[in-house]
Amino acid sequence: MTAPLLDVRNLTVTFAGARSTVTAVNDVSFHIAPGETLGLVGESGSGKSVTAFAILRLLQAPGRVSAGQIFFEGRDLLTLPEREMRQVRGARISLIFQEPMTALNPVMRVGDQIGEALTVHGMASRAEAQRRAVELLEAVHIPNAGERVRDYPHQLSGGMRQRVMIAIALACRPALIIADEPTTALDVTIQAQVLDLLRELRTAFNLALLLITHDFGVIAEMADRVAVMYKGSLVEQGAVRQILRAPAHEYTRSLLAAVPGTTQDRGGQAPSPR
Amino acid sequence: MTPILDVRGLVKHFVRRRGLFQPPSVVKAVDDVSFAIHEGEMFGLVGESGSGKSTTGRCILRLIEPTAGEVLFRGENVLAFSRERMRLARRDMQIVFQDPYSSLNPRMRAGDIVEEPLIIHSLGARPERRQRVAELFEMVGLEPDHLQRYPHEFSGGQRQRIGIARALALSPALIIADEAVSALDVSIQAQVVRLMLELRERLKLTYLFIAHDLRLVEHICSRVAVMYLGRIVEMGETGALFTAPAHPYTRALLSAVPALDPDAPRDRIVLDPSSFNPDAPLRPVGASHFAAV
Repeated sequence: MTAPLLDVRNLTVTFAGARSTVTAVNDVSFHIAPGETLGLVGESGSGKSVTAFAILRLLQAPGRVSAGQIFFEGRDLLTLPEREMRQVRGARISLIFQEPMTALNPVMRVGDQIGEALTVHGMASRAEAQRRAVELLEAVHIPNAGERVRDYPHQLSGGMRQRVMIAIALACRPALIIADEPTTALDVTIQAQVLDLLRELRTAFNLALLLITHDFGVIAEMADRVAVMYKGSLVEQGAVRQILRAPAHEYTRSLLAAVPGTTQDRGGQAPSPR
Repeated sequence: MTPILDVRGLVKHFVRRRGLFQPPSVVKAVDDVSFAIHEGEMFGLVGESGSGKSTTGRCILRLIEPTAGEVLFRGENVLAFSRERMRLARRDMQIVFQDPYSSLNPRMRAGDIVEEPLIIHSLGARPERRQRVAELFEMVGLEPDHLQRYPHEFSGGQRQRIGIARALALSPALIIADEAVSALDVSIQAQVVRLMLELRERLKLTYLFIAHDLRLVEHICSRVAVMYLGRIVEMGETGALFTAPAHPYTRALLSAVPALDPDAPRDRIVLDPSSFNPDAPLRPVGASHFAAV
């Protein structure tokens, strides 16, 4: 087995309130090998996105990592000086959000936004960045990339915007992309195209993917392994076939049973809300 | 048997002025849509964003005034109704919206939200209304002590139960559920769907279930219509339509739904718009199965 690219050990994230402290992520451990896709599933509030933000050290106060280690390419990200962390964030690990319209700058041409990812990290001059932006738009299959670089986000459809987001994420040739519900806001036919694109790029660039989703269909299509989160804890992790076909934990079973079409009972068996 | 709802040739065009010297642009949001729903049926209307499915639902209730067509509810054309007559008709036809966060008045208590339709329609004195609200809360699985709470104190699933209780207050016959469970987590979605199915049995309700989630529609609807660019391109019994889709768009749409099996073959069908005539009328392609091919 190769050394993991990302190795999260006993991660705990707490949010201190005036009267009580909430543990949003509780003693979570998982790892991702180079080129591997780990699906992180769970429902709203289970701690999936907080985990992603903790890895990138983007937690906002009062949220903080109160315990654990996050090894990436052999270094513990939690002890890196902020200056070095900036060279990891967006360059070695990049992030794709659910909502491309809010994640893109509405008053900046898409080519400049892609180029910015390169110039900020000192990986290209401005002129070079523009040329690379066109290549990246071509890599994510945007037609007429040479003209589209001058478009503003509002001139693009939802699926195209998500492709631009992916182009930005790819710009610095990262080893890991964290994709937080990357297709949730998209129509199913557009989702299919974006998933196909991610699969293609994953192979082409040997990308590891931390895919955060609540959709088991997306998991089945994309993930090598799956980790299931519930109320801040990982309740189960394993190979995708094992989790989908023979889930060991009661919560995973009930979550899968709630997916329409997976049970004889009309409407599905829902897990208890408590 | 007369269908409870019979939509005939429904059209909604949105006209947008583009400037002094340019002709206005016309968006054909709903373009000659016809379908009928029978009493007690759960009829699915599916499509992607911009297909016109929500506009169709709103035109039926005249929340948006259609451009042309007929909407027969129990044989009467509601589009010809006066304001007052339409107000009465809405007792029988109610809508549940997608977003339980923006569709409930944040300054009203849950009990008052559910009582409001009874007040508007002058049904019963206050004690009777409160009695009815208590019944409705029980019916949708909310607790009596929830009556005094404000919407922000509820979870998404509970809010959608409040929306359902409010829709049921006037004892309607038809519920238009417009993406009513789309914003909910899958486990909560399953609970709310189960509630809707239970209520259908108990109150003899008919549903127009508008959704983009094909797996969910396949699971709960008896018949389904597929909308694409303002038109119904295919309609039929759910089983037949999902196993043997006849229209190229339906095939592309179904092939895009991720399979829950990691080893399922991924035979994506990409829609080729030139492969069909967009103006073709629906014609029979099987028993109770129609497609615009």
